[in-house]
Amino acid sequence: MNLIPLKPVSLHDFDGGIHPAENKHQSTSQPIRPVPLPDELVLPLLQHIGNAAVPVVSVGDQVLKGQKIALDHGFVSAPLHAPTSGTVSAIEDRLVPHASGLSELCIVITPDGKDEWTAHQSLAAELGLSSADALPKDAVLSRIRDCGIAGMGGAGFPTSVKLNPGNRRIDTLVLNAAECEPYITSDDLLLRERAASVVRGAQIMLDLLDAPRCLVGIEDNKPEAAAALQAAIANAAESSRILAVVIPTKYPSGGEKQLIQILTGREVPSGGIPADVGIVCQNVATAAAVAEAVDQGRPLIGRITTLTGDAMTNKGNFDVLFGTPVSHLLAVGGYQPQKHERVIMGGPMMGFTLPDTSVPVVKTTNCLLAPTEKELPLNNPATACIRCGLCAQACPAGLLPQQLYWFSRAQEFDKAEQHNLFDCIECGACSYVCPSSIPLVQYYRYAKGAIHEERLANLKSEQARERFENRLARQEREQAEKEAKRKARAEAAAKAQATKSAEPVADSASAAPASAAKAEVSAEDTERKILAQKDRIAKATERLNAAQEQGLDTVDALAKGVAKQEEKLAELEKMLAGLKSSSTPASAPAPVKPELTVEDLEKKILAQKDRLAKATERLNTAQEQGLDTVDALAKGVARQEEKLADLEQTLNGLRSTTETTSGENH
Amino acid sequence: MSTILIAIGLLTALALAFGALLGFAAVRFKVEGNPIVDQINDTLPQTQCGQCGYPGCKPYAEAIAGGEKINKCPPGGESTIQALADLLGVEPEPLDAEHGAEKDVPTVAVIREDECIGCTKCIQACPVDAILGAAKQMHTVIASECTGCDLCVEPCPVDCIDMVPVVTDRKTWYWEPPKQTLELIATDREQRTHEGAA
Repeated sequence: MNLIPLKPVSLHDFDGGIHPAENKHQSTSQPIRPVPLPDELVLPLLQHIGNAAVPVVSVGDQVLKGQKIALDHGFVSAPLHAPTSGTVSAIEDRLVPHASGLSELCIVITPDGKDEWTAHQSLAAELGLSSADALPKDAVLSRIRDCGIAGMGGAGFPTSVKLNPGNRRIDTLVLNAAECEPYITSDDLLLRERAASVVRGAQIMLDLLDAPRCLVGIEDNKPEAAAALQAAIANAAESSRILAVVIPTKYPSGGEKQLIQILTGREVPSGGIPADVGIVCQNVATAAAVAEAVDQGRPLIGRITTLTGDAMTNKGNFDVLFGTPVSHLLAVGGYQPQKHERVIMGGPMMGFTLPDTSVPVVKTTNCLLAPTEKELPLNNPATACIRCGLCAQACPAGLLPQQLYWFSRAQEFDKAEQHNLFDCIECGACSYVCPSSIPLVQYYRYAKGAIHEERLANLKSEQARERFENRLARQEREQAEKEAKRKARAEAAAKAQATKSAEPVADSASAAPASAAKAEVSAEDTERKILAQKDRIAKATERLNAAQEQGLDTVDALAKGVAKQEEKLAELEKMLAGLKSSSTPASAPAPVKPELTVEDLEKKILAQKDRLAKATERLNTAQEQGLDTVDALAKGVARQEEKLADLEQTLNGLRSTTETTSGENH
Repeated sequence: MSTILIAIGLLTALALAFGALLGFAAVRFKVEGNPIVDQINDTLPQTQCGQCGYPGCKPYAEAIAGGEKINKCPPGGESTIQALADLLGVEPEPLDAEHGAEKDVPTVAVIREDECIGCTKCIQACPVDAILGAAKQMHTVIASECTGCDLCVEPCPVDCIDMVPVVTDRKTWYWEPPKQTLELIATDREQRTHEGAA
């Protein structure tokens, strides 16, 4: 590789941005500390963007630390590993750390306290290589995927997918250590204490991407971390490919697109990804996780999380295992309950208030903020927009927040989309500067959600339309086929009729009594039926033969069908023989049939009564609530009653006839 | 005199030329079918439920193009009526209650499978072929294809089909719109904060 030191890059700037109070020093005075094991670990199967993982353990299983407990499912997905050894005590829906407050499937592990590792080794050892310098790319990529690594900066995009940009040429790997959001210091502490593994991760990813350089962007409010990083780069082999770049502190310089713009001057196109401009961007914590996965075989089972906010006495950064309940961490942080209990996951700008503190820490949890009311006042009620335009000046994405606000509020989503709503990174700079305290970002989130829902609905209705049209076409085709068959049969019958009328029908017809004539008619019918049946058998056999030739698995079913058809034919022939031999008309076993119908009818009447009862109930509720559907419902009830009366009448009629016939039989 | 003749000749020539052009365009670019029907059909929700009294969304779209009222589609609700009114340039009307009420939440049909007797009646009723099964075999609904039209509920002889609301998961959930408070002015806000602090 080239060993010429990288030239210092000239910095660029992005439009907008704000300078909120940093509040970082509260949590940087202490080193990273461990957290005692909680009573249980709750591991959501969806901790990343994409498809949820699929459990491969069952309740009661013993698991070891680092053992895979859920497999990735689909391309954009990540597996899940046990953060410590113990027993799987439940696989059930639990509250997950998400703004929705919804429950999702989680694997719950009760730790046994031994913290016993499963077998793990470096990729080089696994492949039997002496050095870890020239690892095969496929193996590295699958190792990263296998270790469940997903972006740890906030979004949680599966890292292996990002590191596989297809045939796009990548010329720069950007590592994000900007950590621009107030209060959060987990990346700061990571660099101070573990910069070497970050640099090693950067080297692995550079090799993977075949990229010539890596730029690590770090804000100038973290001088210790920047110094540690520079020292680590100087110590590392092949250090000339990696460059730490100190950038001015401004929120949101840690946004992926913003950082890329600052470091390279390139803008990621609207709706595109950084790889479109030859860049892959990763968080520093992700880089450290990659290094651990490749060099030690340790899957992603924990992370550094900042505990901060004035409602906590023991602020700082902690090594937290995934699945650790927030309530457990709050106890570690010395949380003092407040009048308005508020625990924010993430920072004050982009984080969300947890619906409950029983939720676990996941792969994207970089910070838990428990502020006092004085420190972070509750939102003021929103007042009218005064059209000051501060939001447009603050927007780092170059959008018009005020316009987006009007459109989202009026639900004119198409216009909001035309104003590039989907380029909004939801950084909250606009809401921060808004003098009227309008919750702008919430409006955008709502509009984005509503537009997504509409798109889904459109897709679904398009699908439904297609299916409906296909069904109509199918029905038409079937109808046409039936019609053609009917015509063919009619023609055959006409021909048969013609030949028959040509024959002299003297011998039996003249001698037989009237009833015998009837029998002859049915005999003719039977003959025709036999012909049709033979035809059917021929066809079925043909089909069976074809199936046998092609070795289809429908052979059995077809063979059965043929057998059945032959049986029917035999029956018909027997019947015909009987008919021909006896001059007396074959009396059909009549009394059975009507009885059956009576039963059927009774069943129908019962069902009808049921329906009527339901309809009446609906009508009553509608009347009670004074809905305007009362009329329509009343009509429905009347119709149901009519149907019932009809059915009962038919039943009575049938009953009387059956009684008379059975009477005659006796 | 010759100027007038020239003018008349020129205009006649122009008229003939444009006439020929229009005549050609009328033949060459002839639109098959009524494009407004497709536009209306795209606006309708495609549940194919028949609540409007027509056997599907397309027939209703054709009827609307022929002058039928636009307020007979309960699954589409007010938003569809509004969209149709915008499209056709007519006044929106409230939903006709005779054809049913708009559902609050989208639903999907679910067959209680151990009660199903395999009569295939629901399969025949389903307008989008979203029910799988064969005679005397258990049937089941392909939830992703079900439009929630209710048409399978009525023919079921053992009443084993339920219409259940579609569950919201993390992928379909989204933020509520912020509650719109009174349009306060900034001075009101200050007072409020003081009250809160006091």
